[in-house]
Amino acid sequence: MERIPILRMGDFLIISIQVDMHDRMAMTLQDDLTNKIIQTGAHGVLIDISTLDMVDSFIGRMINIIASMSRILDAETVVVGMQPAVAITLVELGLTLSGVRTALDVEKGMELLRAATRSRRAEAEEREDGSVEE
Amino acid sequence: MEVSKSDALEIRVSDDVVLVRQAVRKWAIELGFSLVDQTKIITAASELARNTIDYGEGGTVRLESLIDGFRKGLRLIFLDNGPGIADIELALTDGYTSGKGLGLGLSGARRLMSDFRIESRVGDGTRVEITRWK
Repeated sequence: MERIPILRMGDFLIISIQVDMHDRMAMTLQDDLTNKIIQTGAHGVLIDISTLDMVDSFIGRMINIIASMSRILDAETVVVGMQPAVAITLVELGLTLSGVRTALDVEKGMELLRAATRSRRAEAEEREDGSVEE
Repeated sequence: MEVSKSDALEIRVSDDVVLVRQAVRKWAIELGFSLVDQTKIITAASELARNTIDYGEGGTVRLESLIDGFRKGLRLIFLDNGPGIADIELALTDGYTSGKGLGLGLSGARRLMSDFRIESRVGDGTRVEITRWK
């Protein structure tokens, strides 16, 4: 079966959805991605949807699920490159990508992920320092 | 009002949803719909095609290019012989689902199109007719 490749770049995983996904493919992607996060210990997932010409409730739900699963596995998700027509349609459809960060392009998305992991690391260090003092 | 072109497609398996989207895109482009309108029509079609499989046990979609005086339109009629919908008002409520979806398919498709008509008889099946005028 056709699969969507998951690329690793340092601490992050990158997915670019460039085909008209059928439903099974979307389900496989969810599974593949969670496995990959665990395998690599990645702290960020970037999903590029710049070539998708529509996002319906099924794909929207998939993105939401990926984001929640990633969060549980200690990884942030950012969706980048949504086309304006897709964004307009998504809002009218009534779909909210709750808890999913978005950025205009891959570069800005990577910046967002880097900032998110930095601030998280700082928080973790603070917590560790605090526990030492106690 | 005149139907200038029509065709029908089977909707049986999830791959057919992709084929419906592709056919609808082609027709919407032919009719000269704007990119935003194309995206809305394709998204609505995707929602209803998936409903046909998930809730209607499969069925068909009829595509019709319409000419009404100076205006053009695209009409899609989704037909299934599934269990039907007992409470249409409830089914049209945002967030209501009898399955595992987000409950945005029907209500979202209605918002995305110019005209929306639904008829259903329990035990008989469901017919959803959507039209977008240019």
